[in-house]
Formats: sequence, structure tokens, C-alpha cells
Amino acid sequence: MTSTIRCDIVSAEEEIFHGAAQLIVATGEMGELGIAPRHAPLITRLKPGQVRVILENGDEQFFYVSGGILEVQPQVVTVLADTAIRAKDLDEAAANKAKDAAERALANRTDALEIAQAQVELAQAMAQLQALERLRKALKH
Amino acid sequence: MAGGREIKTKIKSVQNTRKVTRALEMVSASKIRKAQDLMKASRPYARLMRQVIGHIAKANTEYQHPFMVARTQIKRVGYIVVSTDRGLCGGLNSNLFRRVINEIREHIDNGVQVDLVAIGSKANAFFKRFKVNLVGTATHLGEKPQLNALIGVIKVMLDAYTDGRIDQLNLAYNDFVNTMTQKPTVDTLLPLPPSNGLSTTHEWDYIYEPSPDVVLDHVLTRYIESLVYQATLENLASEHAARMVAMKSASDNASKAIETLSLIYNKARQAAITQEISEIVGGAAAV
Repeated sequence: MTSTIRCDIVSAEEEIFHGAAQLIVATGEMGELGIAPRHAPLITRLKPGQVRVILENGDEQFFYVSGGILEVQPQVVTVLADTAIRAKDLDEAAANKAKDAAERALANRTDALEIAQAQVELAQAMAQLQALERLRKALKH
Repeated sequence: MAGGREIKTKIKSVQNTRKVTRALEMVSASKIRKAQDLMKASRPYARLMRQVIGHIAKANTEYQHPFMVARTQIKRVGYIVVSTDRGLCGGLNSNLFRRVINEIREHIDNGVQVDLVAIGSKANAFFKRFKVNLVGTATHLGEKPQLNALIGVIKVMLDAYTDGRIDQLNLAYNDFVNTMTQKPTVDTLLPLPPSNGLSTTHEWDYIYEPSPDVVLDHVLTRYIESLVYQATLENLASEHAARMVAMKSASDNASKAIETLSLIYNKARQAAITQEISEIVGGAAAV
């Protein structure tokens, strides 16, 4: 009987694979990695590429990951795959876009209200809701 | 027949309103399921991520990542507020905003500044009128939020934390308990709360490729992202649940209004007929 290692491949949006494997081959940042059972604990970033899983019965399965994290414990291998193509400058662009959106929103503000004032507005809305509730109850009787 | 036509028109308009609220209620009822499925699908990632973080916490790391170190003095606090994109969902957003405002006010009273990131149009519209510093927004995430859409806003906050512009990062969202209950929740994201219950044996360490700081930075960033993503999905499920309940009560109220109006209408009709008869009888008696 061949020894196996548990393998979990997940992304933030779905579970991709889990089961026992003889060998897992992935592209780490420092090069190709082959993980066999009882591998030393290791943690690395993955490069975009395929993860090859050789199952207990010798079958192979391929998964494409666009980056992520590979964690190895003696009995379990975890691949946390990224769902999107990630790069430093892409992330930077996304951050800038979010900031721009906020600035646009702020540019549109008509009047810089104090927190207290907004709180009053909120309280008024709550009071209106409560009044409606009371009215509704009164109608019932 | 005084006002008979007006009452009829009113009944028609309330009936139309009820049609709309009924439709919205049913749409939300079906969307809750989808939102819950999304929540379930993203759980394995969060669970395994926590497991990996747990292992890291146990490993004998010499490198201390800034995300894990609590700062002694807090001068500025960051908030990520997750809200809905659309209204008509009862008090869901107002309850959350009230909670956040109370905290912000407390911070400001203590001389602590607040930076804020808004996810969802409602939070954006609400907080832009404030004196708080709105540093990023992400809106229109749709029925199937993608992590892609959130990366930007999260990075804004993480960069701010790394650069020391904020000393704490909180996440505010509605926790989906069940269809009837959604709980406004504020969690601390950074610094990472010390994981208790973990035995710190410090007997082994990872092989890090390429180096501990790079890998840890990557892992912790992904961890925070997954938490925010999870919160967004919770909030989505909460939105549909709250809307379904709100629309159900709106439909019920419309039915009640129609009943009352029908009663008034019938009374008016009856009165008109009675008057007509008495007029005829009176006329006949006069002849």
C-alpha cells in the first residue's frame, strides 16, 4: 500500500479539490515543487501555473491557479488559490481606483455635516419608524 | 355617492403597490438561497486559511509581522463598513450605521481620528456627509460579489496600517444569523487578535520560500481579504433576508389598507343607495 497525503485546494469563492494524493506538483516562487507524504513543513507563494495532483490510484488531475499560497504539513497539503490574476501594480491600480471613488464621492458632498447633525437625522428616521409602528398597532385595535 | 370614485382609485393604487412589494418579497426569497450558497462555498477557504494562520502562530518564527503586533498608542482608527447597494431592506443599514457612528463618536471624544472605507452605495452615500475621512469606496458589487472588486479598498487600509497612518482596523457588517435576525457586528481585523487556545510548543518552523517576511505578508494580506469577502457575503444574505421581511410586512399592510378602504367604499355606496331610495319615497309621497 502506498502512503498518501491529504490535499485541499480551495479558492475564496469555491472549494476546488480535496482528497488523498501520492504526490502534488506545484510551481512555487523559487521553482517547481514536488510534495510527497511526510514532507517537511513548508510555506511558499505560488506562481501562476498548474497544480498537478497524482491520486491514490495513479490518476492525475490538473488545476490551474493564478497564484496563491502552498502550505505543507507532514500529513496535509493546503493550496489557497487566488481567484484573480494578481500583481503588485494591478493591486496598486485597484487601490487608486478605490481612493478616486471616495474622492469623487466627497467632492459631491453639498455640506460638511457634523456627526451630531447626522445623528439627529438618524434619530428622526428612527422616530418616524417607531411612530409608524405605533400607528400600525393602534389601527389593529 | 360621495367620493366613491376617489376611493376606488385609491384601492387600485394600493393594489398596485402590493403587487410590487409581493414581487420584491418573492425575488428576495429566492436570492437568499443563492447568497447562502455563496457563503457556504467561501467557507472552506476561510477555514483552511485560519488553520494555516494557526500553524504559523505555532511555528517558531523569529520574524514578527507588523500585523501581529498590537500598538501601544492608538492615534487613528480605520473602519471598513459593509452595506447594501440598494434600499428597501428595513432598518438593516441604519442599525449598522448607528452602531458605527456611536463608535466613531467615542473615538473622536477620545481624540482619536477615524479613517473610513465604504463598501456598498448606502454606506458611501451616508458617510460622505461626515467629517470622517473617507479614503476609499467600492460600490455596485452585484448579486455575486467578486473578491476582485474588494482588493482595492482593502489595500488602501492595509497600506495605511503598514505605513502607520492607522493603528487599528475594524470591520463593520451585518452578520447573517437567520432569516429573521441579522446582527450588526464590528470586528477587529488588525492587529490580529492573539489566537488563544493554541499550544505554543515552538518546536519546529517552516521552510519559507523565499523568506518569512514575504510569505507572511502574503498570507496575512490574503487572510484579511478573505475575512472582508466573507463579511460582504454575510451582508448580502442579510440584505435579502431583511428585504424579504420588510416587503412581507409592506404587503400585509397594503392588504389591511385595501380591506379598510373597501369597507369605506361599501359604506359610501350603501349610503348613496339609501339616500336615493328615501328621495324616491319622499318624491312619491309628495305627489
